[in-house]
Amino acid sequence: MNEAAYAPPSGLQAAKPAAGPIAELRNVSKRFGEVLAADGLNLSIEAGEFLSFLGPSGCGKTTALRMLAGFEAPSSGDVLLDGEVVNDLEPYRRPVNMVFQHYALFPHLTVAQNIGYGLRQRRPRPPREEIERKVTNALEIVRLEGFGGRRIWELSGGQQQRVALARAIVNEPKLLLLDEPMAALDRKLRKEMQIELQNIQRRLGITFVLVTHDQEEALSMSDRICIMRDGRIVQTGSPRDLYDRPRNRYVAGFVGSSNFFDGVAAAVSDTETQVRVAGGIMLSGRALAPVTAGQAVTLSVRPEQVRLARTAADGDKAGWDVTVLSRIFLGEHTEYLVKHDGLGEFMVLTPRQAELSDGPFNAGERLVAFWEAESALVLTQD
Amino acid sequence: MRIYAAFVYLFLYIPIGVIALFSFNAGRHASQFQGFSTQWYGKALSNPFVMEALQTSLIVALVSATCASVFGTMAAVALQGTKGPLRTAFDLLIYVAVMIPGIVIGIATLIGLVTLFDQLNPVLAAIWPGGPPPQLSMGYGSLIAAHTLFTMALVIIIIRARLAGMDRALAEASSDLYATPMGTFRQVTLPLIFPAILAGFLLSFTFSFDDFIIAFFVAGSETTLPIYVFSSIRRGVTPEINAIGTMVLAASLLLLIAAQVLLRTGRRRG
Repeated sequence: MNEAAYAPPSGLQAAKPAAGPIAELRNVSKRFGEVLAADGLNLSIEAGEFLSFLGPSGCGKTTALRMLAGFEAPSSGDVLLDGEVVNDLEPYRRPVNMVFQHYALFPHLTVAQNIGYGLRQRRPRPPREEIERKVTNALEIVRLEGFGGRRIWELSGGQQQRVALARAIVNEPKLLLLDEPMAALDRKLRKEMQIELQNIQRRLGITFVLVTHDQEEALSMSDRICIMRDGRIVQTGSPRDLYDRPRNRYVAGFVGSSNFFDGVAAAVSDTETQVRVAGGIMLSGRALAPVTAGQAVTLSVRPEQVRLARTAADGDKAGWDVTVLSRIFLGEHTEYLVKHDGLGEFMVLTPRQAELSDGPFNAGERLVAFWEAESALVLTQD
Repeated sequence: MRIYAAFVYLFLYIPIGVIALFSFNAGRHASQFQGFSTQWYGKALSNPFVMEALQTSLIVALVSATCASVFGTMAAVALQGTKGPLRTAFDLLIYVAVMIPGIVIGIATLIGLVTLFDQLNPVLAAIWPGGPPPQLSMGYGSLIAAHTLFTMALVIIIIRARLAGMDRALAEASSDLYATPMGTFRQVTLPLIFPAILAGFLLSFTFSFDDFIIAFFVAGSETTLPIYVFSSIRRGVTPEINAIGTMVLAASLLLLIAAQVLLRTGRRRG
């Protein structure tokens, strides 16, 4: 019997960054019967980074992760680990470990036996003292000192998740895959775990690949986010990049919240694009990708980029006469829902400081709303 | 409805209760109780014919239950990885094996084996190098084979249920943690289905030990305990038979309860 050929380095130190990407997807597609779950994925994952696949359920993000783990083989294209094509390499031969959605901890083993499982599979098998030392070390990293002898069902959900994480990192994988690991935790615990996960990733220097449908989770933890839809990658970039320069309406809607005005590109110049929206109103904005006149586009304005005032005191700038529909106090910010006769309803996020000088505004009040033309983005609708 | 149910249970259990009661009868008649005594238990246990039949039954039950557990587990695990029409066909055949009346299994096994032995014995005699050739005939082998066939289906069903309730991610996690398929089976699958295997073994043992119909056809010259009881009854029911019946009943109940307990604990932990 051919046991695992892979022998990771010893000691839980930061992995040294290798030259070139640690993992790569090259034009990878995966077909399940009639369904194309992954469609021409191209992505390279750099050593030491924290990358997230973000998208709604059924967008192919889990399939991408399972192809990296080796549970699925691509129908076409290549999956590379450390520069080598591993399309058909079995999961147990890959230097990759996974934290499963429902943790998949072995119920018949203790916490320590679960964590040491991967170490015990190595050939030659490491001495018992070494396994014990590494398990103890891993328990310390996830802050579960002294829990080694417990049974899995004696642990809370959050503790089980830490064990699942320890069971993966103890092997010092080149790639740690996390399949919606926070989905089963309550909100407060999730926040804590996000911070902790990030700390552990920084400390160990292991490359993390996370799958999630929670934009907040992806935005707060990742170095880079890969946004997916219908089996395809829509855009890959840093959270800031995706927020400031979304490739299309879908990305803008998935990363942060935004006001969308659908329309048709009317006049296109290098610096400004005019968009004719509902009611024949012309709005101007900045196009990040080239658009042609007559193309269906969406103008996106982030709620925090809209200003509200009682009077149109901003000189020559055109404002929109709006009526306040509702107000939600959020502490640092106040969120207003306002309505313009032609443009319809949209959201405004006003910082507390601005409120102190002019405001707060009450429901029913008539105001003027402004935004800078360059803060409005003209996005394609694909 | 309740009265109706009560009558059903009375009808079912009163005869069994009577057998147990009369096994403690001091007299030798099965119809009138003449005081409490355990003498018939002593008589039964010191009867060499009873002990010999008991030994045969125990050997057959032990071997066939072991075979059924081993082969049944292998079949259940293999079927887990099978899909499509092949799996449907196997599932169907397994249920047929359970549903089929014992008398059909008995007759079919008898005819099948006798025909086979008639063909094989001359061949064996022809190729046997020196000495008298062995004669294949009905006996321990046919008993064990027939019982294994019948009880293996039970084991497969029990283990399949357990495997279906097992999180598929556990096997994936094991594979992800560098365990080979064999390593995963040994370290994850087997420990998790072990209670079901043990329960299947106990049930198989009980069914084989209690079986009369199949054994009656395929036992050849061997006598199992149920066959002994049947043949003794033709000479009249004595409290000794009652004592044997009560002991068999108690042992069977204990094994069945143990199997149930195992299945429950297995389900809770997994």
